[in-house]
Amino acid sequence: MGLLSDPSRRKVLTGLLTRLNTPICIVCYLAGIVWFMGLAFEPFTLRTYMSENAMGSTMVSSGERALSLAKEFDAHKRQAYDGMPVEWLVKAMQSRGLEVFTQSFSRKLPFPDENKERYMVRGTNVYGILRAPRAPRTEALVISAPCSPGDSNNQAVGLLLALAQYFRNQVYWAKDIIFLVNEHDLMGTQAWLEAYHHTNITGMEYSPLQGRAGSIQAALSLELSSDVITSLDLILEGLNGQLPNLDLANLFYAFCQKLGVLCTIQGKLQRNDWDTAEGYTHAAQTMMLMVLKQACGRSWGDHGLFLRYHIEAASVRGINSFRHYKTDAATIGRLLEGMVRKLNNLLERLHQSYFFYLLPSLSRFVSIGCYMLAFGLLVVILLLRALDLWVHLGAPALAAVEGVTEAQQPSGPGVLTVLTPVVISHLTGVALYLLPVHLQEMAVEHFPVSETEAVVLTAVAIYTAGLALPHNTQRLLSGEGTEQGWKVLKLTALLYLAVLLGCTALINFSLGFILAVTLVPITASMTPHMPKALSALVMVLLSPAFTVLYCVFIYQELIEAPVSVSEGWMLFLSVISQGILDHALYGSLVYPLLALFIYPCWLMFWNILFWS
Amino acid sequence: CEIKQLSDCLIRLLLDRRDGTRTSEALTPAAAARDEFQEELVIRPLHSGDIYASFQFRTLWDTDFLQEGQKVSHYRLFPKSLGQVLSKFSVRELHISFTQGFWRTMQWGQPFIPSPPGAELWVWFHDTVSDVDGNWKELTNVLSGIFCASLNFIDLTNTVQPSASFKPLGLGNATDHRFLRYATLPREIVCTENLTPWKKLLPCGSKAGLAVLLKSEKLFHSSFHSQAVHIRPVCQDEQCTSKAWELRQTLNVVFDLYTAGQGKKEWSLFKMFSRTLTEACPLATSSKVYVDITDNPELFELSPATPLLSQAVVLGDRRTYSVFDLTRAETFGQLRSLNLLLRWKGDGEMLRPLLHAERYVAGFGLQTGEIHTVIYNNHPYRAFPVLLMDSVPWYLQLYIHTLTVTSKSRDNKPSYIHYQPAKDRHRPHLLEMLIQLPPHSMTEVTVQFERALLKWTEYTPDPNHGFYVGSSVVSALVPSMVAMNTNFTQDQPLFSSFVPVKEESSYFVRVYTEPLLVNLPTPDFSMPYNVICLTCTVVAVGYGSFYNLLTRTFQVDEPSLPLAKRLANLIRRIRGVPLLT
Repeated sequence: MGLLSDPSRRKVLTGLLTRLNTPICIVCYLAGIVWFMGLAFEPFTLRTYMSENAMGSTMVSSGERALSLAKEFDAHKRQAYDGMPVEWLVKAMQSRGLEVFTQSFSRKLPFPDENKERYMVRGTNVYGILRAPRAPRTEALVISAPCSPGDSNNQAVGLLLALAQYFRNQVYWAKDIIFLVNEHDLMGTQAWLEAYHHTNITGMEYSPLQGRAGSIQAALSLELSSDVITSLDLILEGLNGQLPNLDLANLFYAFCQKLGVLCTIQGKLQRNDWDTAEGYTHAAQTMMLMVLKQACGRSWGDHGLFLRYHIEAASVRGINSFRHYKTDAATIGRLLEGMVRKLNNLLERLHQSYFFYLLPSLSRFVSIGCYMLAFGLLVVILLLRALDLWVHLGAPALAAVEGVTEAQQPSGPGVLTVLTPVVISHLTGVALYLLPVHLQEMAVEHFPVSETEAVVLTAVAIYTAGLALPHNTQRLLSGEGTEQGWKVLKLTALLYLAVLLGCTALINFSLGFILAVTLVPITASMTPHMPKALSALVMVLLSPAFTVLYCVFIYQELIEAPVSVSEGWMLFLSVISQGILDHALYGSLVYPLLALFIYPCWLMFWNILFWS
Repeated sequence: CEIKQLSDCLIRLLLDRRDGTRTSEALTPAAAARDEFQEELVIRPLHSGDIYASFQFRTLWDTDFLQEGQKVSHYRLFPKSLGQVLSKFSVRELHISFTQGFWRTMQWGQPFIPSPPGAELWVWFHDTVSDVDGNWKELTNVLSGIFCASLNFIDLTNTVQPSASFKPLGLGNATDHRFLRYATLPREIVCTENLTPWKKLLPCGSKAGLAVLLKSEKLFHSSFHSQAVHIRPVCQDEQCTSKAWELRQTLNVVFDLYTAGQGKKEWSLFKMFSRTLTEACPLATSSKVYVDITDNPELFELSPATPLLSQAVVLGDRRTYSVFDLTRAETFGQLRSLNLLLRWKGDGEMLRPLLHAERYVAGFGLQTGEIHTVIYNNHPYRAFPVLLMDSVPWYLQLYIHTLTVTSKSRDNKPSYIHYQPAKDRHRPHLLEMLIQLPPHSMTEVTVQFERALLKWTEYTPDPNHGFYVGSSVVSALVPSMVAMNTNFTQDQPLFSSFVPVKEESSYFVRVYTEPLLVNLPTPDFSMPYNVICLTCTVVAVGYGSFYNLLTRTFQVDEPSLPLAKRLANLIRRIRGVPLLT
């Protein structure tokens, strides 16, 4: 710090930073990207390990357990065909010695969900509580299986009932176990969780719960849709990019290894050839998929909603990929029994292992300490540019100290020139956030579109209309924009963006990183003196909406289902509607973040480009 | 057991061995007070298919420890260890219970003697005691040694003085709650180490009588286990001219038919306790086994059948019992042992007990929360008042202004509220309310709280497990469907005579809710050192220097001229020539 308080040396340092600013920024950007891509390289990552002592491998006696899965559910599958067979489920659970309760809920969506074809949702959750002997009802575990219409997921409900029957006859339970069959997938879970914790964040209507079992320690969600399972996929990404404790993933992996079940993450098997190009690409793809899924902030399974309540949860999905290697339901039952038993052994909530991580494979992880550096390298560019501007802004002021009259000038119009674009772009953001849903009726009246299309197209229209703003902003202002003015505005916008991205990355690294990758280059280099047409094109191509579009294409590419441009566009539109719905139904924060903060921030830079 | 308690236990065991002669003393002085011992076992098949077994052992002693000038030193049936404690600490009434598990009112109905999960202790001291808190502290430590339990963790931070909920059950009309102390330890785990000292208080130990059934390997293989000791003064006779001391030891256990029965719905004494009965305790004046056969023969079949039937009104319900008198030889039959056998026939339904309560924590996040207590009145047409008592530790800071009581979605104003706010690290919150429950209704009591940030030494070794809040207590006089028996003189079974019935139309019920497990904001204890070092460094270096840089203004100071130039300037000034720089 002596370096900074010494004016002459400070001058040298700032001189160096301003002179070498652009090269340093370019180096930082490249280093950030390279570091991030390097995270998937196996020698750079850590092997996962079980941190929680209570779940050590010696605590559970393994071996052949006589878990005979009820095949009877096959017969009842047909009954489950139309909606949820509530009465049958209640009887089935009661006959297995559980305390059974039902909960009804209803919700009118803000606009029809075209992906799942629902608008007015009405459903019933059925749950049974297995009371642990001699336990005071203070702790519980949840096993849930969504009961979706159609033929899917019947096996999960069957397995759930079989587990209930087996668990009921065991004496070692220390925590109550709640078996939950929820209708309408996430909405049922949301209704149940809100009722269990007596909160109402999303305006869902539900009947209160009659039976409870204390504070829930962990939850597992099952998704099995076929009798034959070749591998199990573990899904961790939850609402707003929250992840469960890494020990939960470790537990799953340990039992898969023990029972010889093929396990995947992001639907990708693990490879051992990390030193070949294919091996690395595979790991990088797995990690990229995780980053994309986490960034979109939606819950990728029923487990995702539990995380808000500080309940560690994961979804286990059975996959039938027509491999030769097959796993029968008994093995999966044994795997789940092992996991639940170990969770039952927990003395404290899962807290020992990491909450922030990326997984290039199930046995390797990247901790927050490693991946944050990649993000840091990107964000430091914004700070360097801000410093550069600060020095440039300060230098003429220092020169003008002698002439007192001139020194007044730059600060005079400063506040207004900066404040006006900031306020106007934020108002545009508010319009983008509020209008699509509220104006849907009007839009449907005047245009031949459905409600969903109306919402999405209104959003796109407002987004595009925002691009026309800079000219209007200039007209609003009485004075002409000065050189000083855009620099102050850019300085403000740079710092604003740095803070925004920093906060986002702390909560949801993936979202922060993806936004930083596209936003940092344009925001760092934007000045009004660049060729207007070309830089406007570049700015639009790197705007938040296009980032979402690219993510859609990359995601489709990574899950090996590439799409054409028009299909991609349709997907993009549905992603927007899903984002708005997720916000309204579950409280996902990605849409408001983009509409209320990131987009206005980007508009501020757009403003600078058209500064005159 | 902690190490300290372990040593306490050892000392007790040794002492007991030494004064173990008490039962064999046959030479009773003529002047010695009369005492008697009764034992009783009630078996009640529950609607849920479980089996409820309730043991009661009662020792009555016509003497008064607390009379001045009279020192009681001769003990026969009454355990000396307890008698000495009573007289030393001037205890008027003492109730202590150890419970593992939660009584499921919805499936099992009301228990004969309710108790909350963990340990509960409430004591009325004699009104001559000057230092009640001191006596209480010493008493808990002594009891901790006697019962091998962690009662020494009871201190002022979890002790309250309820103003209305806990009235003396015995003689005397004490109303001054300054002499009452109540504490619960919801986290206390009850195991064999607590059972052994409890059994040692019995005159026959576990050698004879009903107590032979108390084998820990079976008792702790159950859904619910609760053991208790109740000491109180009672009347010696109908006229109530003099006082007698009553010691009731109760043990309640619920066996799960499902897990242990392997699907077979068949039960016997042997299967439940891995013993059969062969004799009564020789010191007992009465020794009986009651089997509730009110639902017979729809639900189950009992063998051997007995001609002796008895009817009793208990908890607002008239029940029929088969009675097996162990003092009579014919009870044991030719095999000289009694093994009751029950065969189940049907399945039971969920009960609708008239009064039922539950509690949970609402909300999410680690800053605030809300405690919800829900009380159900399932009586179809009668409203009745209940007393709700909540004792909440200080680290949940209650916002008492957010207290709401609603029944049938309407505000229900309590007619009596006693609230004592907590003092941080000194005493808990105490909230007592008298609430009128409308018929067939659900009443919800909510209060918000903020979670306190503890000092780092105040966290338990497993802070992420959460912190317990004891059960709230709902006490009520529930309207009875049948006329209650107010006649004391009759020879009643023990289980129906614990709580005195004052009027025919209602009976007293106490319902405990489940304890709560609340997570407090917890620092990451796994790397405090790193965190402290890093934070301190960042604060010291970063913040300090930046503050310095931001608040100071810098000026380039002129380098001072060398001495020769200054001298030259002096001369130049005198000469009026421009100065050198």
